[in-house]
Amino acid sequence: MSAATRDTLVRLEVRGLSASYDGTTPALHDVSFSADSGQAVAVLGPNGGGKTTLFRALLGELAPAAGSVRIEGATAYVPQTERSRLDFPVSALDVALMGAYARTPWYRRFTAADRDLAQVALERVGIAEHARKRFGALSGGQRQRVLIARALVQDAGVLLLDEPFAGVDQTSEEAIMGILDDLRAEGRVLLIATHDVEQARRWDRVLCLRGAQVAYGPPSETLTNAVLEATYGAEIVMLDCGHRAVAVQHHHH
Amino acid sequence: MEILHSALLQRALVEVIVLGAACGALGVWLLALRHAYAAESLAHAMLPGLVLASLAGIPLLVGAGAGVLVVAALIAFAARDTRVGSEIAVGVVVTTAFGLGAVLALAPDVPVGLDRLLFGDLLGAGTPDLVAAGALALVVAIALTAGHRRLALAVFDPVSAPSLGSSPARAELALLALLAIAVVAAVQSLGNLLVFALLVAPAAAATRLGRSMRAQLLLAAALGATAGVVGLFVSAELDVAAGGSVALAAVVLYVLAMIARPRRAGRRGGTRRSPVEALGSG
Repeated sequence: MSAATRDTLVRLEVRGLSASYDGTTPALHDVSFSADSGQAVAVLGPNGGGKTTLFRALLGELAPAAGSVRIEGATAYVPQTERSRLDFPVSALDVALMGAYARTPWYRRFTAADRDLAQVALERVGIAEHARKRFGALSGGQRQRVLIARALVQDAGVLLLDEPFAGVDQTSEEAIMGILDDLRAEGRVLLIATHDVEQARRWDRVLCLRGAQVAYGPPSETLTNAVLEATYGAEIVMLDCGHRAVAVQHHHH
Repeated sequence: MEILHSALLQRALVEVIVLGAACGALGVWLLALRHAYAAESLAHAMLPGLVLASLAGIPLLVGAGAGVLVVAALIAFAARDTRVGSEIAVGVVVTTAFGLGAVLALAPDVPVGLDRLLFGDLLGAGTPDLVAAGALALVVAIALTAGHRRLALAVFDPVSAPSLGSSPARAELALLALLAIAVVAAVQSLGNLLVFALLVAPAAAATRLGRSMRAQLLLAAALGATAGVVGLFVSAELDVAAGGSVALAAVVLYVLAMIARPRRAGRRGGTRRSPVEALGSG
């Protein structure tokens, strides 16, 4: 694994995708977009807007009720670190090695190549010195980087990142941003679920969801007041005479 | 020491060491997946099956196994009603089964007394019990080794597990099946109530002491076996009930672990979110 461009080209194409958990009520309706090697797509929307549903459909965990998903290249999911059990006794290296689980039969130990791959992945995300530390003892930003390292061990061409900047400090945010830039430069496709309009502006494309696709395109064309209001509805608050948008996410009890 | 010379006690010693080790290791995953309640429920639920097996004159193992299957089917049926839900379904079905078992066990025709069904008969362990315990230990060792990575994903990161090639639901189901086998195999010696102590107490102690999952599993097996040995020695020396003595020894080991390493206030992970997330310019 190196920072050089990957040999395998990656392409993600979604056409008219609708998905449902109960087979009747669509959780996501009529989504169409595509992304090629080296593109990063911000997936913007309110809670319940369909970001998770889209990711589950892309991972093949949720069969499309309509439309199609075509992905050339392996896909990895990078969850929010707070969704993991932080009291579970695993080291950062153990977590990175989880990326090799699918290709390692239960009766085999991890190969030296996989161990090296995990170590290199941790080095790439700047966590090598914490490889033996307990995952739960790391900071939020460090844990997020370990989970990205796990996706690198999976050798995924497409990374689905669920709010990778949630709960991380400014320094970690910049470090993660640098890592994602490197991954993009290698030719990987990144889908980054976020609530942060400022973040979304930094990526190549923005996909706005509110149960259905509201807009898709370059940030300059997509992140308009009209699109943001259509995406967030009453949850969007415009500041600075419409130059700054703040979306208020309600806490679910 | 009497225990070293009595064939009866020697068999009991082997039985309790093997059961303690198997239940201890299994318990670590049960606690990690927060299935302690399921363990207790399964143990209690098999009482009617045990009594009916005793009445019919068939091996208690068969009755215990049939009892678990019937109760599992009833729970699955009751839980399908969304107004009831799985927790209430477990509570109602298990309580009903336990009550029914107690009523049946107190009937004059039942050859095995209720106390023996509830608290086991460790000193009565015969060759079939030793074979069942040995088979259980073998099955637990193989299953936990084979399923280690899947179980780890089911506990640590169930959301990502499918994308890493594992189904957390299947891993949990397999563990519960293993639990049912363990309870069935151990119930004759340890009893319907006390088997729970060996499933939970050594594992709870090990989770405080072990720094890795592997260490916790080995520690729990060692502590389970130690609880068995200590409990049996105390029982022989003080002439008290063996099953109860083993259960108390397991709990004492947990208390000692608690004193040795009090749990730090730690983060358990979950789905906490800040109520307001302010977003950037637009």
